Amino acid sequence: MSRDIDIVWQHRDVLLDGFMRTVLLTTITTIAAILTGAILATLMQSRFRLLFSIIQIFVDTMRCIPFLLFAYLLYYGLPAFGIRMSSWSTGLLALIVYSSAYVTEILRGAWASLPRDSIEAGEAFGFSRFNLFRHIVLAPLLFATAPLIGNQIIQIVKDSAFLMVITVPELTYAATYVQSTYFTPFAAFIAALVLYWCLTMLVETVVAFIDRRAVIRR
Amino acid sequence: MARLMSAGNMISLLWGASTTISLSLAAILLGIPLGLGLALARWTRLPVLRQVVIVIVSLFRATPAVTTMLLFFFVLPTVGIPVNAVAAALLTLTINTAAFNSEIWRAALEEFPREQMEAAKSIGMRASQRFYRIVLPQIFRASLPALVNEMTLLVKASPAIAVVGVVDVTRAAARIGAETYEPLPPFLIAFVFYGAFVFIFVKLHRTIEGRRRLQEARS
Repeated sequence: MSRDIDIVWQHRDVLLDGFMRTVLLTTITTIAAILTGAILATLMQSRFRLLFSIIQIFVDTMRCIPFLLFAYLLYYGLPAFGIRMSSWSTGLLALIVYSSAYVTEILRGAWASLPRDSIEAGEAFGFSRFNLFRHIVLAPLLFATAPLIGNQIIQIVKDSAFLMVITVPELTYAATYVQSTYFTPFAAFIAALVLYWCLTMLVETVVAFIDRRAVIRR
Repeated sequence: MARLMSAGNMISLLWGASTTISLSLAAILLGIPLGLGLALARWTRLPVLRQVVIVIVSLFRATPAVTTMLLFFFVLPTVGIPVNAVAAALLTLTINTAAFNSEIWRAALEEFPREQMEAAKSIGMRASQRFYRIVLPQIFRASLPALVNEMTLLVKASPAIAVVGVVDVTRAAARIGAETYEPLPPFLIAFVFYGAFVFIFVKLHRTIEGRRRLQEARS
């Protein structure tokens, strides 16, 4: 056992490298998914029913399938259409598209229950759709949805572990590499679990902080 | 599509689907009482047990199923517990869903009105009677929608079992896609399968919520 821990400690740079890649995947996906989700949720407010239905179908589809199935679909499917990307880019793209659907659903749901008066006041002032969103809807929407977005970020961290299957070198991939090279299953995977735990705690702490600020604002 | 998919491939997809269904349902059935057990261990405030449960629940809620799957599969044999891939898969899914269920049960237990316990005590009910006759039926009803919602999350986490070689429907679709260079047909079938499987739980969730709203409107 102590031999295991020694070996994993000697190769800590491999695990930390994987951890940093998991953090990077999560950060890029979070930012991209919030942006895409905000755009799709805005488009769903439009009067074109067709646009609404198309986005709704996309959101419902993603909410029905496991992330790994979608990641596999892009990994094997994109080359069939002549699109060749590295496993890292494919994995990142899959994470962003998949998470965007969930963020869209969160934002759309919160938007529907936002107080109408400030939006109507903005409309009366002649704000354009974009300015209305940017100045009046966005801040209360993000504050109201902070806990749900936080849960979604944790889900992104967990989904990113699936990407080891398509050989994206993230934390679980790194732990598997260390365990299969030096045969140290216990220490390698426990180290990975603890790192995931720390990351989740960090997200929860930040979200709790934002949520407290939101309560003060109200 | 039928032209592209050979009969052999269809059968391996069906096998994958039956693996996904049976392991998910087994984990759901085991995970609900196990989650209740964990929540009760916290509720009764036994000193050491309580801390251990808090750490275990927090750890499994925070970490990916893929990673715990690999941990169980590789570590249990080294400590003298022989597991095959399927047993490790069932263990992973069960503990994963139990950790989430325990938080649902805990919330219901905390909401439970204390006066009812006092009332039950005053008419001379034993602790086990109080639990089975008064507490359990009520917290079960309060937790059910959230428990059903967790079932859909479990189904979506279930492809994690493929990393140790269990051929579930996702793994079967990926293998066929890689072999035939025609990924769309198997993935569409897998997609329809998950859609139908998840839809059952969503429908169940809506029925329960609808019935509850009806009851609340009546009372």
